[in-house]
Formats: sequence, structure tokens, C-alpha cells
Amino acid sequence: MKQFMVFVRKEFYHVFRDRRTLLILFGLPVMQILLFGYALTTEIKNAEIIIVDHAGDMASQQLTTMIAASKYFDINARVVSDEDIYKAFKKGKVKCAVVFPSGFGNDLQHGQTAQIQIIADAADPNTAKTLTNYLTAIIGDYQQQISPTANVPMRIEPVTRMLYNPEMNGSMNFIPGVMALVLMIICTTLTSVSIVREKEMGTMEILLVSPFKPTYVVLAKAVPYLALSLIDLIIILLLSVFLLDMPIRGNIILLFLESTLFIICCLSLGLLISSVTRTQQIAMMVSMMGMMLPTILFTGFIFPLENMPVPLQVVSNAVPSRWFYVIIKAVMLKGLGIGVIWKETLVLAGMTTALLIISIKSFKTRLS
Amino acid sequence: MDTVILQHISKSYVKEGPPALQDISFSVKKGELFGLIGPDGAGKSTIFRILTTLLLSDKGTATVAGYDVVQHYHEIRSCVGYMPGKFSLYQDLTIEENLHFFATLFGTTVEANYALIKDIYEQIAPFKNRRAGKLSGGMKQKLALCCALIHRPEVLFLDEPTTGVDAVSRKEFWEMLQRLKTEGITIVVSTPYMDEASLCERIALIQTGQILSIDTPANIIKDYPGKLYALRAPKVHQLLKDTRQYAGIRLCYAAGDKLHLSFKDEGKDHPAELLSWLESKGHQGVHIEEITPDIEDCFIAKTSTHE
Repeated sequence: MKQFMVFVRKEFYHVFRDRRTLLILFGLPVMQILLFGYALTTEIKNAEIIIVDHAGDMASQQLTTMIAASKYFDINARVVSDEDIYKAFKKGKVKCAVVFPSGFGNDLQHGQTAQIQIIADAADPNTAKTLTNYLTAIIGDYQQQISPTANVPMRIEPVTRMLYNPEMNGSMNFIPGVMALVLMIICTTLTSVSIVREKEMGTMEILLVSPFKPTYVVLAKAVPYLALSLIDLIIILLLSVFLLDMPIRGNIILLFLESTLFIICCLSLGLLISSVTRTQQIAMMVSMMGMMLPTILFTGFIFPLENMPVPLQVVSNAVPSRWFYVIIKAVMLKGLGIGVIWKETLVLAGMTTALLIISIKSFKTRLS
Repeated sequence: MDTVILQHISKSYVKEGPPALQDISFSVKKGELFGLIGPDGAGKSTIFRILTTLLLSDKGTATVAGYDVVQHYHEIRSCVGYMPGKFSLYQDLTIEENLHFFATLFGTTVEANYALIKDIYEQIAPFKNRRAGKLSGGMKQKLALCCALIHRPEVLFLDEPTTGVDAVSRKEFWEMLQRLKTEGITIVVSTPYMDEASLCERIALIQTGQILSIDTPANIIKDYPGKLYALRAPKVHQLLKDTRQYAGIRLCYAAGDKLHLSFKDEGKDHPAELLSWLESKGHQGVHIEEITPDIEDCFIAKTSTHE
């Protein structure tokens, strides 16, 4: 036991004296959470828009104010001629234009259908579609505000409501996915590299020629990284809750236990990688590249699994993060308990046991 | 019973090509300082790895301290000290941390066996808070020796401990080994430096995976076939070329600023004939004398007859 403790302490020395490891350990999760949380969502913020107000009445100004107040749009310019619109589009900065025809407010007040023109830069069709959806939604809002009881036609309103606010949806599904991704990559990479480093530096030779059992070498490597990964988990959760407004609706102890299970699963995978690779570089490649792609593809947070062909759905069952993603979404977002996720937990536990046994068995007691 | 016994050990790393070790047999007595002498690639490290249970041999058996290297590898791992050819301690740990780590790993403490390493450790103690990666070559080897000794092993395996170490530290290192011998520790040491061979009690000369001879350094020198001469002249390079043309020459090679040579037929008065032959070739001031061979000469003689 004393031998085990001194080994674990040595591992901590390695981690805290190596700036690169520290960076991967604590820099990577923060960076990825922020990157995925803010930058890589499908939402569009602060799109530049121009307003062409031929009406210049109260209604058009009120609507303009609403558009300006929305966080999705920044009013770039107010122009009067149609020619100016095309000039602005050609410069490429403006994504969208809103044209109020003359007599806009008049039409509206007299119960007639008022028209409004939305011109979008469809060179990027996705952005154009999203922006027009945002705009019709804002217009719908406005219609409801000015005439809550009137029988003004509001046919567009129900349609746009559905599409409105895709941001909330995206981010909420993203963060659990990113958590799975980050934990997966950090745990596998760091453990695999740390064992392979012993091989590469030649220290494995001395470790093997000692009474310390090879099994203990594997376990003593896993313990420090389990502790450090749990710290990572806390950092990720804090960032998600306080920066990205993620709720934790379920039991936090259950969340930690499930995460610990997932971390141990990833650590075992890392140990397995380390026993079949020879250099730190290969270990890094295998665990970074080899794990990153399947995790992104088969976890379901970017590409929905239901839409995949059946063979790929079958393949996705072998990816541990797929199961963790279901668990963590259920616990964090839906506030569900173990009764609902016991199946996924069982699958993850089975994977962990299998991986751990294989990695301990495949650890070589000799050099080759 | 001898502490280390190898019987007909063979090992190949690749299926085709020459094997790394070919039918190696030797034994080391208890408390002996035994040297494996041979150039790089001779197979010295492979022998160490087989004896330290890190590699399995293809053929043959070996025992260390009475334990079989295959069946009882765990017992061997507890009772030997091993210093690999490449510096293999934790570079990012300090001297003190490395020593403490290895002591604990072997289930002992630094204090318990401090007497054994005291002489060596005191030399590096002033730097005990320095990281191992920042030490000089000689200090690294001293630390590695301390770590290999800290559990008072029965057998000590040192794979090229003096490679990459300056002349003064090399001398100190060998003095330490002599001192350890008095503690009753069996030491097997390898070196590519022939001048270190005479510091061992018995040596095995190894070349391309085969043992050329095993004996005490003195006996190996005594068994040198024939007489050895040293040839001296101002233009050594040209002298070497020309001397090799001379019909009666068996071996001729540069050694420092001289040439060492031996003749095929011992009966005749070769030196005088060679001198006059060389003078006819235009060499002046050529001087020849008979010398006592050293281990390197023996090694070269053995290699040439072997081939």
C-alpha cells in the first residue's frame, strides 16, 4: 500500500511539473466548453441589417425599434433608396434588409393587410433562412402587441413560434455532448500518454525489474487521473451553469456518480491504448484523433443518431460517450432519476469492467 | 552454486538475418565482478535483459540467484539491482525524490541501506534538490547506481554504466564497484571500453552475439597468440597502408599514434626484414619494438581468427 501511495504521488509530481499536461488538463476543457458553448452554435447573433423606411410613421418606427432591440440584429444603416440596398449587399457586410412601404402604418390601422418586404442575402441560404425566421417572428410579436384582441390576420405567427429561439435548444443539447467529448478525450489521452512515456523514457524497464506488480502500475496510473478528471468535471459544470446558463435539474450526487463511472471507462480505454502503443506520439494520435471523431459522430449531440443508417446506429452503440450523453441529458436537463437511466448505466458499467480487465491483462510484464 | 548461470542462450529479434545471441553460456560466481566486453551491437544489453527477466530467450536456460528467469521472474525482480544502458530515472523528479521513490518501491527505506550507498550518495548530495534531468552525465550515473543499490540487491546488473561519462568520473565509478564487491554483491557489468576490462575479475569478450573467450584479464592477455609489435614512424597513415602490403603480416592496425602488428610465421626474423622493406618504400625513422598486448589487442586478434 505504501508503494502504491508513493507511486500515486510520483504521478502527481509528473502532472504538476509538466506545463503541457497541465494545459491539456485544465486549458482544454475550458477552451472547448467556451468554444462550443458560444462560438459553434447554429444561432446567429448581431447580424447587420438595413432598414428602408418609406412610411416613416409610428408603426414602422415601433417595429424598427423592436428589431434593433433584439440581440440578433444590429441596424447597420437606414437608407431611403432601393439602390442603396443593393450597394450595401454588394459590400457583403449586410445580411438582411427590411423595407417598409409607404402607408405601412395606415394599412395596418385600417385593418387591412400591411405588407413588409424582407430581403436576405441568400448566398448563404442557411443564414438567410434563419434571419428571415427571426424577423417574421419579431413582426409576429409586434402584431400581437398592437392588437391583442383584434381580428387582424396573424397567420404567420404560429409557424414562426416553432422556429423561434433555436439558441436555447442548441446550447442545451450541446453542453452535455461537449462534456462527454471533453472528458473522453482528456481521460484517454492523458492516461495513455503517461504510461507510454514510461516506456519511451526507459523507466518502465526499472519499474518492471522491481517487486511492484505490473497490475499496480496500471492502477496507480489511473488513480491520479481519476482525481484530476473529477476536478475537470467540476470546472466544466461550473462553467456550464454560471456562464452558459445550463440548469442542473436532477440529483447532483447521481450526476457525479454517473460521471465518475464514465471517467473510469475512459481511463480504462486510455490504459488499453497505452499497452498497445510504443511512443507518446502514437498514443496521442490514437487517443486524440481516434477518439475525437467517433465521439463527435456517434454521440448524437451534433448529428442525431435517429437519422443515421441502421449500420451506423449499431456502431454508435460501441461508443461509451453515446450512453453517457443520454444519461447526462436525462439527469441535468430533465431531472430524471436512476429509474429511467439504469439501462444506460448498466451498459456503461459493463464496458468499463470489460475495458479495465482487458487493459490489465494486456499490460506486458516483459519488454516485448 | 554460481549466482548467475547461462546455458546455451540464443535470441533473435528478427526471423531473417543473424541472431542477436548465439548459444551463450557462462556463469558468474558469488561476489564476483564480471565484465561483458564488446562493441556496440555485440548483444550485451540483450544478455542483461534476459537475465533481468525483461526478455525471453528463444533457446537455453538461465538462473539468477538460484531462480529461473522464466518461471521465477518475480523473485528475481525483488533481489536484483538493474541499471539500464540508457539513463532511466525520472528526469522531472529531484535526486532525493527519485531515491525515495525507488526505495519505497522495493519495500525499504533510504535510511535502512544508507550505509551501502553513503560513499556514492555523498558526492551528489549537495544537489539533492536538483531535478535528475538537469544533472551531468557522471552525476546521473551515480544517482542511477544509488537507486539500483538502495534495496541491497544480491546481484547488480550494470549495462554500460560508464558510457558518456568523463574520464575522472569513470575512474571513480570503477572504484565504487570495487568497494561494493567487498560488500559481497555479485556484479555483472558491461562496457565497450577495453581499458576498463582489466578492472574486472573475469571477463567475457563478446562479438556479434557470440562469446569469443571467457577468462581473467591476465589469462586472456597471456593467451595472446604469438608476439605483438609496435611500429612507429612520422607518417602513420602511409605506414599503415604500406605495412599491410607486406607479405608476412597477419594483423596490422592503428592504435593511438602507433601501429600494432603481428606476423603470420613466428619462426623468422620478421621485424628486421620488415624494417628494411619499409625503408625501400621510402619510410624513414621507422622504429619497431615488441610489446605486451592489452585486452583490445586480444579482442582484435580473437575477432580476426573468429572471422
